[in-house]
Amino acid sequence: MNSEPLLLATPSGDKLELRPEGPWIAANVATLETLSRSVGMDVDRSRAVTLDMSGISALDTLGAWMLEKLSRKAASSGRPAEIIGVADHFSGLLEEVRQVNRHTPAPTAATNPILLRLNDLGKATTGAREDIAIFLQMLGALFMAVLGVVRRPRSLRLTSLVYQLNRIGFQAIPIVVLITFLIGAIIAQQGFFHFRRFGAESYTVDMVGILVLRELGVLIVAIMVAGRSGSAYTAELGSMKMREEIDALSTMGLDPVDVLILPRVAALVIALPILAFIGSIAALYGGGLVAQFYGDMGPAIYIARLHEAISVTHFEVGILKAPFMALVIGIVACSEGLRVKGSAESLGRQTTTSVVKSIFLVIVLDGLFAIFFASIGM
Amino acid sequence: MSQPQAEFAIRVRDLMVGFGRQTVLDHLSLDVRRGEILGLVGASGGGKSVLMRTIIGLIPRRSGSIEIMGQPIGGAHDRSTAATWGILFQQGALFSSLTVRQNVQFPLRENLTLSQELMDEIAIAKLEMVGLRAEDGDKYPSELSGGMTKRVALARALALDPPILFLDEPTSGLDPIAAGDFDALIRTLQKTLGLTVFMVTHDLASLTTVCDRVAALADGKIVAIGPMRQLLQSEHPWVRAYFHGKRSQMLQPQMR
Repeated sequence: MNSEPLLLATPSGDKLELRPEGPWIAANVATLETLSRSVGMDVDRSRAVTLDMSGISALDTLGAWMLEKLSRKAASSGRPAEIIGVADHFSGLLEEVRQVNRHTPAPTAATNPILLRLNDLGKATTGAREDIAIFLQMLGALFMAVLGVVRRPRSLRLTSLVYQLNRIGFQAIPIVVLITFLIGAIIAQQGFFHFRRFGAESYTVDMVGILVLRELGVLIVAIMVAGRSGSAYTAELGSMKMREEIDALSTMGLDPVDVLILPRVAALVIALPILAFIGSIAALYGGGLVAQFYGDMGPAIYIARLHEAISVTHFEVGILKAPFMALVIGIVACSEGLRVKGSAESLGRQTTTSVVKSIFLVIVLDGLFAIFFASIGM
Repeated sequence: MSQPQAEFAIRVRDLMVGFGRQTVLDHLSLDVRRGEILGLVGASGGGKSVLMRTIIGLIPRRSGSIEIMGQPIGGAHDRSTAATWGILFQQGALFSSLTVRQNVQFPLRENLTLSQELMDEIAIAKLEMVGLRAEDGDKYPSELSGGMTKRVALARALALDPPILFLDEPTSGLDPIAAGDFDALIRTLQKTLGLTVFMVTHDLASLTTVCDRVAALADGKIVAIGPMRQLLQSEHPWVRAYFHGKRSQMLQPQMR
């Protein structure tokens, strides 16, 4: 058996006899393409084409289609190709291939790239409005769910709430402590390094205290929670949506907001202030260690300076923001989860959107709070 | 092509497969002849899918040997064996980020060097062979109905014209008309392309209409194998219960 496919073209007068030989199978596709291209001109020139299939040793769909293409090429200008010598066991396949690719689908109209960009821009704009609507809708639904719980406290899903608290609160403590500890230490080190030039090292403590308690403690923790728990919420609810679990809940007369979303968002609202508090303490501790080993400031002086520098107001400003940030993270994460469509790709896209959007909103919210607290003099 | 034509497409000898302490397949032996359609039946959770997945290398075996087309096979991820079989997974397993056309082209693109034009033509040819239209090629898997998903998955499994086709419950979730069409399609393709088909199914109608032979898997072994008529006469208690239960009795008139 010869291992290389061949295509012998024998012109006789204005007739052309084509004799494909050898295995016309997918493994030899590169050779087959070259072969059929090489006889293209001859086929165009001749008046009658004969296709002698008797030399073919093996044939699969791809090979059959290449041969069919040759015979169609001949037939396209009114010179029907005569096919002879088809082995019995190939005839079914050739017959099958003769039916396919008969009609080409209408090509989708090519659009102007500038129009396409404008179209995308317009879609993004209306999409933003839709985002706001969805956010408000979820906020309203949550409010109604909370009202329901206030009216009938027993309808609160306590097990679920405790489970979520453990997962996103308790289990997050080690990583939150580690990161905020490092952030506090870095701020203190930078403070000592740069303030030393002015001889103002002792003000490092003021900076660490105020920065951590007012802004950084809660912000860092909120961003970490958005990345750690917000993404988990979106992925969970998204895969529940994909597997029709949420539809199943609704058909049993249960509201997914009550059952799934309220416990999750409530757990976030409870856990985030606690995590922010723990994180702030860890950051202050990190700053204290740096003060002792890098800034030559003993723990007693550090604590005394801290006592002078910060007041309960600073702490309040920081911790008051936490539940609102938690609410934003929870709402964004849950509503993005419910927007997941059927595919795995959509789950990934929605999870990314959820994290990006909630971190963005957390920072915007922090800015708004800064303006608010400044104007009420806190 | 050039290797000697083995009589058996798949030969399984003394196969042992288990998870933890549980043994799923216990010294199982099975031969699938070249060019036949073999149906495999068994209880739910009884190891049908495990057997199929072990043959295609997705599940490691404890002992035993598997030969495909006369060649012993090692494990999965062996690219040389990938072109010898096409697999239709139960849920279709289409790549959700690719269009239907790209899904069908994927095996071609990865295994062969060919022009985009030819690849498009082959993909549409395959789609039309499994009864879809060229227009469906631009859809994404999430836009397809259950029957269409199965057809696209079949087109993808057939993309490289593999000599062996594995089907995992090909007609589950299809209505009887669609299931009947699908059976007829598999029969036609098997005839035209000379395929060997290994089909895991519960569909009694498929078993009677398209399968040349049926193998029954119970207690981790093949307890009966042969043409449908022979299986109906089997004395094995599980096989009797399977083919002579109430649901099967309703189909009996057709079976004779």
